[in-house]
Amino acid sequence: MNGAELLLAAPEYLVLVMACVVMIVDLFLSKERGGIIHMLSMLTVIFAAIITLRGGFLMDTTQAATTFNDSFIRDQMGDVLKVFSFVMMGLIYIYAKFYLRSFDLFRSDFHALSLFALLGVMLLISANSMLMIYLGLELIALSVYALVAFDRDSGRGSESAMKYFVLGSMASGMLLYGMSMIYGATGSLLLPDIAEAVRTQGADDILLVFGLVFVVVGIAFKFGVVPFHMWIPDVYEGAPPAVTLFISSVPKLAAFAMAFRFLSSGLGDLHFQWQNMLASLAVLSIVLGNLAAIMQTNIKRMLAYSTISHMGFVLLGLLPDTVFGFGSSMYYVIVYGIMSVAAFGMVILLSGRGVEAEHLSDFKGLNQRNPYYAAIMGLVMFSMAGIPPMVGFFAKLMVLKAVIEAGMLWLAVTAVVFAVIGAFYYLRVVKYMYFDEPESEAAIVAPVDFGAALTLNGIMILGLGMFSSSLITICMTSFG
Amino acid sequence: MVNGTMNGFLLSILIWLPILGGVGVMMAGAQRPALAKGLALLIATATFLVSLPLFFAFDTSTAAMQFVELRPWIETFNIHYYLGVDGFSAPLILLTTFFGVLVVIAGWRSIQQNVNQYMAAFLVMEGLMVGVFSALDALLFYVFFEAMLIPMFLVIGIWGGPRRVYATIKFFLYTFLGSVFMLIGLIYLYIQSGTWDILAWHDMPLSLAVQKWLFIGFLAAFAVKIPMFPVHTWLPDAHVEAPTGGSVILAAIMLKIGGYGFIRFSLPITPDASAALDWLVIALSLIAVVYIGFVALAQQDMKKLIAYSSISHMGFVTLGLFIAFAIYRKTGGVSGAALGVEGAMVQMVSHGFISGALFLTVGVLYDRMHSRMIKDYGGVANTMPWFALFAVFFLMANSGLPGTSGFVGEFMVILSSFQANFWFALLAALTLILGAAYSLWLAKRVIFGAVTNREVQNLQDINSREAFVLGTLAVAILFIGLWPQPLVDMMQASVDHLLQHIIQSKVI
Repeated sequence: MNGAELLLAAPEYLVLVMACVVMIVDLFLSKERGGIIHMLSMLTVIFAAIITLRGGFLMDTTQAATTFNDSFIRDQMGDVLKVFSFVMMGLIYIYAKFYLRSFDLFRSDFHALSLFALLGVMLLISANSMLMIYLGLELIALSVYALVAFDRDSGRGSESAMKYFVLGSMASGMLLYGMSMIYGATGSLLLPDIAEAVRTQGADDILLVFGLVFVVVGIAFKFGVVPFHMWIPDVYEGAPPAVTLFISSVPKLAAFAMAFRFLSSGLGDLHFQWQNMLASLAVLSIVLGNLAAIMQTNIKRMLAYSTISHMGFVLLGLLPDTVFGFGSSMYYVIVYGIMSVAAFGMVILLSGRGVEAEHLSDFKGLNQRNPYYAAIMGLVMFSMAGIPPMVGFFAKLMVLKAVIEAGMLWLAVTAVVFAVIGAFYYLRVVKYMYFDEPESEAAIVAPVDFGAALTLNGIMILGLGMFSSSLITICMTSFG
Repeated sequence: MVNGTMNGFLLSILIWLPILGGVGVMMAGAQRPALAKGLALLIATATFLVSLPLFFAFDTSTAAMQFVELRPWIETFNIHYYLGVDGFSAPLILLTTFFGVLVVIAGWRSIQQNVNQYMAAFLVMEGLMVGVFSALDALLFYVFFEAMLIPMFLVIGIWGGPRRVYATIKFFLYTFLGSVFMLIGLIYLYIQSGTWDILAWHDMPLSLAVQKWLFIGFLAAFAVKIPMFPVHTWLPDAHVEAPTGGSVILAAIMLKIGGYGFIRFSLPITPDASAALDWLVIALSLIAVVYIGFVALAQQDMKKLIAYSSISHMGFVTLGLFIAFAIYRKTGGVSGAALGVEGAMVQMVSHGFISGALFLTVGVLYDRMHSRMIKDYGGVANTMPWFALFAVFFLMANSGLPGTSGFVGEFMVILSSFQANFWFALLAALTLILGAAYSLWLAKRVIFGAVTNREVQNLQDINSREAFVLGTLAVAILFIGLWPQPLVDMMQASVDHLLQHIIQSKVI
């Protein structure tokens, strides 16, 4: 292994080092100067993004390079997903700072843990062996368990962290079990070698399929799709919104990368088997997610069920096992992350002075309190509902095209019908904001950087929709 | 008169001037309503003036698309920003920009809260509707078609009546559900053809079974929009709850998008399925004309009455469009069919003016009395003579009085139905009786008779602003009624082209 190969993981080193630095620096800082931690974290994601972009892989669509004995891969898909992870992290830090300050939770733990989780996300995105997948997965999971319980005095936070931990450990166990069987059947941990072994010995191997089932369970848990979704609403609700921001966005990108690498790169020859599994998971998620979201009065739970239905759409894109399908799925997951960050940013904006905005009714009359932020939330909601010209529509369009092209018309019909049913609860938020009288007259004040970040987020939702060409092209060319 | 370079951007200007202008109006802030209104009027007027070349510089001798703009939009997906107009879309765009001005004037006094947002919503909506009528790329069409729901949803929900939330969510979900089926059809067509170009789809061969599915997808979208019986139930609710401007746009323009969709998508892309399933559309149209006519007769609420009258009149549009197939089967020629399609188009334009005028008329009364109930009125003519003149004229036009535009379209459609089937024509002609019955009975109860209560006694007659709005519409209605030739000339070539197109089988 030479130096150039080691440099392929340069962004990862940076994030790792900075996570440690943040932890250590905090020991020497007085509480009033916590802003330095925030600045350090922001600089980390900015420089990580620059290093990733300067790597040159974004321009070169043909090359993929591996290092660490082939267990780490750097390719265009990985780079794009990582850059968007950094963008989302940047937004998350800005939103979170406002929340942490107003709830007196501003401690370095949040930043250090989230940087470690980000590192896990990056490793998972670049994982080319089962070992790396497991490492990345656990690094995310352990950091997030701690983040959920990060507000020590909150009973709900601890409770949901426990739930998440127990269920997450079970899912990890299952994934590990499945991996061990696949290892047994193919004799390798590396995904390309597994693919090679499956190709030579044929897919008709009960051990392989058995292992695949458990791997799919692990992936489904990571996505949070039905029936492995139970943790999502509780964790979203129990965790501080600053943490929910993270859980609902960045790790989804990693989950997509994991699904693609494991299922297509590694077990592509078992396509027929996993296609049916994913199809039922996707349909169940879209149906149950949308129906359950209608019944929620808590905005965080509503967004949780909405996530479940969106992840169903992401799985739909994976089904056809085509370039277009993966591209559409990747586009969807990026777009979803951007929308989700904006939605939870709004939740944070409305929380203030120790009272969290949790109920949908907290959005009442927002248009009269602050038409600007109401308009941004309106954009987010219409985008999630899939109304053009917002970006959410184009994401749904791509996935639908991939699915129809693969001849699964009934899946597309089910998906759109439930998307219409789902539109109801997004419209309800708009209704609260625009059609109802405000319950509180308190002015909505946000720091300048918060407002700027939210504006940027809104522009992304509108702009990526109306000028979606380049991002779509990048997503499509990531898969050849 | 207009140079070539401007024509190259004309449609884009018509779309983006109101949309960006709307954003500007929004930024005027809620604190400065006068500025918002002035700016909105300026932008709407400018848009209308810019749209005039669509009439004066329009080449009536060709069915080809004019004022074409073609740019790539999403290349990997082969989506283009492709605009153009023909004889079907140009009159409807003119109608849109015309009403764009009127609704701004109509909302001048009656809207008191969030004036900037109200005006902005209407301007954005205007731009999007022009987009719907001029898009020749199917996905671009869909984007405008759906995006249009957002401002209307907000207009009904924010400035509407007491049950506005129910009405607006019903409106949104109904239309959304219909259009997603169309979206699946559009994606299917794209996968089959590799292009989103609507005109290319017109020439694309398709098997009958596929055509039928596509036809049903289109029907789901456009039947809800136009609306046809039995998916019309959102319309009375939306109309009743919407503010006057919202009702006007809804009735005058948005319903036409359904009819336009049939002309642009259903008939030419799936002609064989349209011919095979024409009995369905004709039956539903006749039910709309007759049954909904009776329903209108029973209404207590003026706006609801006009809403049902709209559904009944739009039945003529679908009848006129689909009777073409029956005529062709019977006579083997298309001359009678051309009359039906032209009648449908004239009916759309005419109904735009008349229904818009009627909703504005009700708006004038509502602004004064804050009631839409017929029973609260009576003898309005005694206190508002000028208003009564306009109202009775519009109601006459609504019932199809010769000399008004309402007569022309209906007459053409009835005439062409005769060539298909005597009974179709007879049922359709019933509307002349029913329309007269509910319109004139409304006039009798509201306008004429003795003054029934003190509030009517104290009514003020229309001011010059209202007189201007109603007067303009009256002139337009009379003009089309007396001299429909310019309008018919505009669409003649396109209608012939369409008919030549749809009588050729596309079955592979």
